[in-house]
Amino acid sequence: MAEQPDKTTSSPTKEPSKDLEKERRKIKSVAKMKEIMTTYYIDAKTARDNGKKVAWITSGGPVEFLIAMDVIPVYPENHGAMIGASKMGVDLCEKAEEMGYSRDLCSYARSDIACSVTNGGPIGGLPAPDFLVCCNNICGTVLKWYEVAARYYDVPLFILDTPFIHTSFSESAKKYVIAQTYEYIAFLEKQCGKKMDYDRMNDVARLAVEGLRLWQAVLDTAAHKPAPMTAFDAFFHLALIVTLRGTQITVDYYKQLLDEMNQRIKDGIAMVPNEKYRLLWDNLPVWYRTKWLSDKFASHNACLVGDTYTSAWSGVMDLIDEHNFIETGAVAYSSVYINVSLDMMMETLEKLIKKYDVDGLVMHSNRSCKPYSLGQYDLQKRVMKELNLPTLIIEADMVDERSFSESQIETRIDAFMETLKG
Amino acid sequence: MLTAGIDIGSITAKAAILQDDTLLGTRVVFTGYNASQAGKTVMTDLAKDTGIPMADLAAVVATGYGRNSVEFATKSITEITCHGAGAHFLNPNVRFIIDIGGQDSKVIKVDGAGRVLDFAMNDKCAAGTGRFLEVMARALEVDLDGFGDFCLKSTAPSKISSICTVFAESEVISLISKGESRENIIAGIHESVASRVAALARRVGVVEPVMMTGGVAKNICAVRALERKLETEIQVSPHAQVNGAIGAAVLAGRLKVKAQS
Repeated sequence: MAEQPDKTTSSPTKEPSKDLEKERRKIKSVAKMKEIMTTYYIDAKTARDNGKKVAWITSGGPVEFLIAMDVIPVYPENHGAMIGASKMGVDLCEKAEEMGYSRDLCSYARSDIACSVTNGGPIGGLPAPDFLVCCNNICGTVLKWYEVAARYYDVPLFILDTPFIHTSFSESAKKYVIAQTYEYIAFLEKQCGKKMDYDRMNDVARLAVEGLRLWQAVLDTAAHKPAPMTAFDAFFHLALIVTLRGTQITVDYYKQLLDEMNQRIKDGIAMVPNEKYRLLWDNLPVWYRTKWLSDKFASHNACLVGDTYTSAWSGVMDLIDEHNFIETGAVAYSSVYINVSLDMMMETLEKLIKKYDVDGLVMHSNRSCKPYSLGQYDLQKRVMKELNLPTLIIEADMVDERSFSESQIETRIDAFMETLKG
Repeated sequence: MLTAGIDIGSITAKAAILQDDTLLGTRVVFTGYNASQAGKTVMTDLAKDTGIPMADLAAVVATGYGRNSVEFATKSITEITCHGAGAHFLNPNVRFIIDIGGQDSKVIKVDGAGRVLDFAMNDKCAAGTGRFLEVMARALEVDLDGFGDFCLKSTAPSKISSICTVFAESEVISLISKGESRENIIAGIHESVASRVAALARRVGVVEPVMMTGGVAKNICAVRALERKLETEIQVSPHAQVNGAIGAAVLAGRLKVKAQS
């Protein structure tokens, strides 16, 4: 991921003591994280030379089965986040629009599709897939996006269909998703020309659950006052639980990160100096403006201590029995934050608001992500009415900078903070 | 104590000078391309009008989109907070403010002390703003100051379906070519602005009494259309356009109190 590690510090200054203070606040594990991600992308890009297969998979898809089959998983969405953070989104989105894709489509999809054609972007495009795995628990756009990729690369596509959960997950829906999981395994066996090693699969499942628990523990450290990390840091450190879930590397890394966070709490290191207002963030990050937003909130002594996005992966971990991963995993994958009703989202929001003990909620109405953004105004009303919590909605886009109006967003944030300060 | 407020909007820059609870004067100039210069001009003009030298001002608060470009300001505060304080100054009973300015429209719910409880602003679109009305007035070759008076003569407002300023302009042109009367088209335009702003107001939840501020409050037709949509009476102060600047001057007074205490 191409963000700057010093993104959560306040206004720059030349005084040596302030520099030391800034240095002290930096998360040291960032270097290791960058190293892991670099190695991961080099492995993916050289997979063919090493006789390995590459599969593209959606961010909410069951990657554990790919890991168990020694397939390298590659994530167009993580790629989209990198494109956004490198501020390369507009050029690529415009390229896709030239190709005929509507500007109303998701900017991850547009920029990634453009990269396939131009080999552009921060890493010169993703390695071509041997096959594709698409799970629609995160949105409907991925279906068409992956169909486009399947035609373009002329490779097989597996679709895992997870029904939307309105009230509860019915027995028939459960059976439906579990049956597809077995089809998924058969698909992988055919693509890889080998049988699934179920002992290895159990190992991967165990590591996946351990990774999820550690990730959640890392996020939970921000419940401490002052928070040793912010949601902006979580956006960065999230990459491993998405891309390499089910590997030892991920487990080791989050252990290291958790140790560092606990040490910061002991040493009294806060990510936002003078943390006074604690806020919760909703929706994906505005990848090209994480530093600006982080500085903006920090200038008001406000810290985004938690978010609904980075906890979406670990939010369902309690549903997983690592000894029966195939069947329980299917249910867990169907139950992710944006595949459920507003009532269920409200329950999650309420838990997060209480856990992190926040003073306000900031919702990013994300032009790209319809399933995440639809219903935000209803959630906002409920949060204000039922929890009496001030809430702000800002309109932007995760990758397409053309949808970000700095002066408008600045006024909204400043006014919101003036209201909080009273 | 003498304080001043400066509100630099996208179209006009406003200034107000207060002596404690008395409004001594206000001034409006066009912002032009240089917000910083507009701030200086409006303040200098007002200082001249009132005979109060700038050096006598205890504090100056800047607000509006150009708030951070007023170098001589003691502090900058957003227009949301300033409109709340300004409306409270003009009428302490007001609980809800609808401000339609040049490039945005906003609705603000305030408590008994004029403090902001909740607010909402239009999204990245000029529909439902003063600029929308300005573009339409130009398309219809009507002077903006008399724009609102036209719809009082309308018999049946035209239906303007597009919410986009640019598309609505072409819609208006096609209505003209169909022979629709100017009065009816103008009434339709105001209905369209009012619908958009009423939806924004309902998002926050209207609490009476309601006051309208900003330049568009001078337009009687926009005010009446909003009253009909929201089914409530809307107060308009003669100082509606400079309400943000008045609020800024009020808040400047509190700054000083804080600094002295």
